[in-house]
Amino acid sequence: MSTSIIGAAVNRVDGPLKVSGQAQYAVDHKLENLAYGVGVFSTMGNARVVRVEASDAQGMPGVLAVLHRGNTPPLYRPAERLEHSRAGEIRPPFEDDQVYYYGQYVALVIANTLEQAQAAADKVRVQYDVRKPAVLLSEAPAPQGPPRVHSTRGDAAGAFESAAVKLDETYTVPVEVHNPMEMHATMAHWEGENLTLYVTTQGVLNYQKVLAEVMGIPVENVRVISPFCGSGFGGKLFPWPESMLAALGAQHLKRPVRVQVPRSMMFTTVGHRPLTQQRVRLGATADGQLVSMQHDVVQPTSMVDEYVEYCTGVTKTLYACENVEVRQDLVRLNVGTPTPMRGPGAVPGLVALESAMNELAEKLGMDPIALRLKNYAETDPGSKLPYSSKHLRECYQKGAEQFGWAKRNPKVGSMRRGNEILGWGMASAIWDAGRGGATVRVRLNSDGTARASCATQDIGTGTYTIFAQVVTEKTGIVLDKVQVVLGDSTLPPGPTSGGSTVTATVLPAIAKATDQAVQRVLQAAVMTPGSPFFAPHGTQAPKVAMTNGWVHEVDKPYSSGVPFEEILIARRLAALDGEATTGPDLANRERYAFNSFGAQFMEVAWDPGIARLRVSRALTVIDAGKIINRKAGTNQVLGAVVMGIGMAMFEEAIYDPRTGKPINNNFADYLVATNADVPELECIFVEYPDYHLNEYGARGIGEIGLAGVAPALAMAIYHATGVRVRTLPFRVEDVLGGERATIV
Amino acid sequence: MQEFRYRQVRTVESAVRANGTYLAGGTTLVDLMKLNVLQPATVVDVNPLPLAQVEALPGGGLQIGAMVRNSDLANHPTVKQEYPVLSEALLSGASPQLRNMATTGGNLLQKTRCSYYRDTNYACNKREQGSGCSAMDGYNRMHAVLGGSADCVATHPSDMAVAMMALEATVHTEGPNGVRAIALRDFYVLPGTSPSIETVLQPGELITHVTLPAPPHGTRSHYLKLRDRAQYEFALASAAVVVQMHGKHLARVRIALGGVGTRPWRSPEAERALEGREATAGNFQKAAAAAMAGAKPLKYNAFKIELAKMALVRALETVTQMEHAG
Repeated sequence: MSTSIIGAAVNRVDGPLKVSGQAQYAVDHKLENLAYGVGVFSTMGNARVVRVEASDAQGMPGVLAVLHRGNTPPLYRPAERLEHSRAGEIRPPFEDDQVYYYGQYVALVIANTLEQAQAAADKVRVQYDVRKPAVLLSEAPAPQGPPRVHSTRGDAAGAFESAAVKLDETYTVPVEVHNPMEMHATMAHWEGENLTLYVTTQGVLNYQKVLAEVMGIPVENVRVISPFCGSGFGGKLFPWPESMLAALGAQHLKRPVRVQVPRSMMFTTVGHRPLTQQRVRLGATADGQLVSMQHDVVQPTSMVDEYVEYCTGVTKTLYACENVEVRQDLVRLNVGTPTPMRGPGAVPGLVALESAMNELAEKLGMDPIALRLKNYAETDPGSKLPYSSKHLRECYQKGAEQFGWAKRNPKVGSMRRGNEILGWGMASAIWDAGRGGATVRVRLNSDGTARASCATQDIGTGTYTIFAQVVTEKTGIVLDKVQVVLGDSTLPPGPTSGGSTVTATVLPAIAKATDQAVQRVLQAAVMTPGSPFFAPHGTQAPKVAMTNGWVHEVDKPYSSGVPFEEILIARRLAALDGEATTGPDLANRERYAFNSFGAQFMEVAWDPGIARLRVSRALTVIDAGKIINRKAGTNQVLGAVVMGIGMAMFEEAIYDPRTGKPINNNFADYLVATNADVPELECIFVEYPDYHLNEYGARGIGEIGLAGVAPALAMAIYHATGVRVRTLPFRVEDVLGGERATIV
Repeated sequence: MQEFRYRQVRTVESAVRANGTYLAGGTTLVDLMKLNVLQPATVVDVNPLPLAQVEALPGGGLQIGAMVRNSDLANHPTVKQEYPVLSEALLSGASPQLRNMATTGGNLLQKTRCSYYRDTNYACNKREQGSGCSAMDGYNRMHAVLGGSADCVATHPSDMAVAMMALEATVHTEGPNGVRAIALRDFYVLPGTSPSIETVLQPGELITHVTLPAPPHGTRSHYLKLRDRAQYEFALASAAVVVQMHGKHLARVRIALGGVGTRPWRSPEAERALEGREATAGNFQKAAAAAMAGAKPLKYNAFKIELAKMALVRALETVTQMEHAG
């Protein structure tokens, strides 16, 4: 049996479809008689809709309907917290006449063409009773209700008071938006009582459930199709209002309706990483032993829903410290509802925690790696459980060696190259290693091909490819003869693509289903007249196996046997299926703590004469168990590093306090890293399979690559410029002086 | 976007007669039409006009057709050799895709990126005279520190025009009242109390060419653009410098700044501070201070004053240390 395909650098099996434009993204599906819906969005952050004046729009060419609260039946709310389903925002569109944030749907114009709908949407006049919105943290009423997170271990406050060395700093991570290349979109098609939705999502099954709840129909009446997703980054975990409005519009018109969120509204209406203001207090002995850690977070959510950005989880788990207290409060603002964004909680949490550790190291006169090793957690500090597999120490060491950390002169501005000052920084990375449940069906076909299917989806991460890899590994059927079908709610139930859990979740199910399908073929081989291995009743059946797609006697070479399809043909079968359900492995969760780890090393080049800062080197060392596809895995990590460069250097949604509009809601003004901003990136895996998680030893890698980039860059920027960036992103005015945009 | 009439024209004469809004590369016009900021009744597509040539002028200098694409102009051998400041400015602007579409004439008329100008829900004197300026007490980090008025502080976004300002270009037009040549330094008007008027162009007047005088012997030039990220962003501050050296002395200096002015900002103050003087760091600093002496910062853009000085000083350092191009 060939095993080399697991861990190899495999081209993604869906690559040819993508580069040839044949991959069908949400709005690429062809539906007859399709109508186009375009939103009318609130231009105010806090208001009451007095009147929607649509008569001009209604009379424009091609216009079919202008839907709003006044002329549509109310949608139901999703059954959040009662069911395992979740919408981006619990309030369905048009529920009441209040405007809670800029960019909220006030109406939906539907026309025969997109252009007609856009032109008409511009002509819908909305009369508002306007109130002053609260969009800055300083404008929010005090936190209401109990803290959403409050956990203590030991006596953190007392230990801080008596600590020899103290650090007390506040870090602010601004609102960041996901803005994947493919904008959120839904095409809804009713046939009688049945609703089919072509969408772009990280979770077809959750989407199916939520839309059934909102439309008030049985879940089996809804089919969700999302074969390709132009990335999600968390923003497409849950359905957002456009999905509900497409379904509503299609129901109203009795014809398919498409609604795509315009780029400008991708900043307001489909979630974002919320702003977090994080106070970190660290107390240490003079030789760097942490004696106290306190992490207090204030974070806005929307007026209509609660989302907690769990920043403090990392503080409870990354370092060995007896006295830890964390607390998170929510305040409400007139902004859209926040939602998970790549590395939710941990990524902004580490900006604060790892920046604080780097600042503490300086106070102590210690190397930042030495400080981390001094406080290295051999077992999980919260649960006291042993780690399933932890090699963070090796990540630090390998990274330091590869980066040349020993040559570092910690003095600010001391390392030069030509006109430029170099700055070096590092940080730890940590992310949960989860595993859920999945059912996979594997079908071995009489034409010599295989098919694997599951109602999970590939959001660009390479999920299609790992399905094919496992089937190939188990059967020997070559990769391009393995068809993988994902992204359809009618398939066997699979996981949402979130939290870096899909790979660890589906691998055991694919393996088991494939084994079962192979077993059935082998059974057929000895049961079927015409098969070379046929053992008539009462005779001893030969022991058979499948290698390279051939069925053969176990003690003979595979070429002595026959291709597996000949067994199926002999039995006049189209195919044989295997189906398996695996996980979650809850028992192991009681025995071990599961995490992925990493260390990230960054270099910036600072030209003080022209105040120009660029990232010049980025090294990431990751401990995420066995890597199943080296190519896709490396791609995941490097892509995350690019996102981290954006986070540290560029990204920040800036709300206009007068209207609640993110004033930079376009790609010219909301900066992300361009190719020219990204240096050569390096990724090293320390590869220790984590067999406590699954038999392949693989953990997820979708998020860990982002975790330490921004704090490592913040340290590098300080090293080069002498300016501590405690409010992301870096801005040239941090050095030159001058007021920054007000965001808190 | 709202419905409009579309006409394509093949001669300058018919373009002028068509009495509409000219469409060249479309990178500004179509963008702003989608936002309903511009709602022309008639769009006159001038792409077929025979104005896509770059030609040497008989007496020296260069004539650039209004329809020459930014990418073609940037990579034109004469431009690269004789007017590097222009090539560098063009290549620092936008993205390759946009440069392949954007034209010489269109770029001179590029509209500001002011967020409030671009959103019809905000008051904007440039868009609607007398409605007010939302940038004044809004988020004005990208706005101008030079040439603003109480009514408008929108930055002129072009890089190309800054280089052309330093090259002392002339804009040639044809309109209902015939042809005329306008020195680029007289082409743009300050916002004052009527920010919607940005140039001296009359209704229907079409830019046909831009001419550049021959660079005096031994002229060196350079464009330096400073911004938050490395590519695809408007300038926070930029400097175009064109100098002729006599030994260690600066004989002739032309300076223009970008990203800081309500128009591409020629700085005679900086030029005066340098001409006839030695090329020293101290003199560069004095020139930079002179260039920004009249700057008026807004709440969020004070850093631009320092940054513009840095851009100018570094550009002067670079250009004066260059190998002699001639």
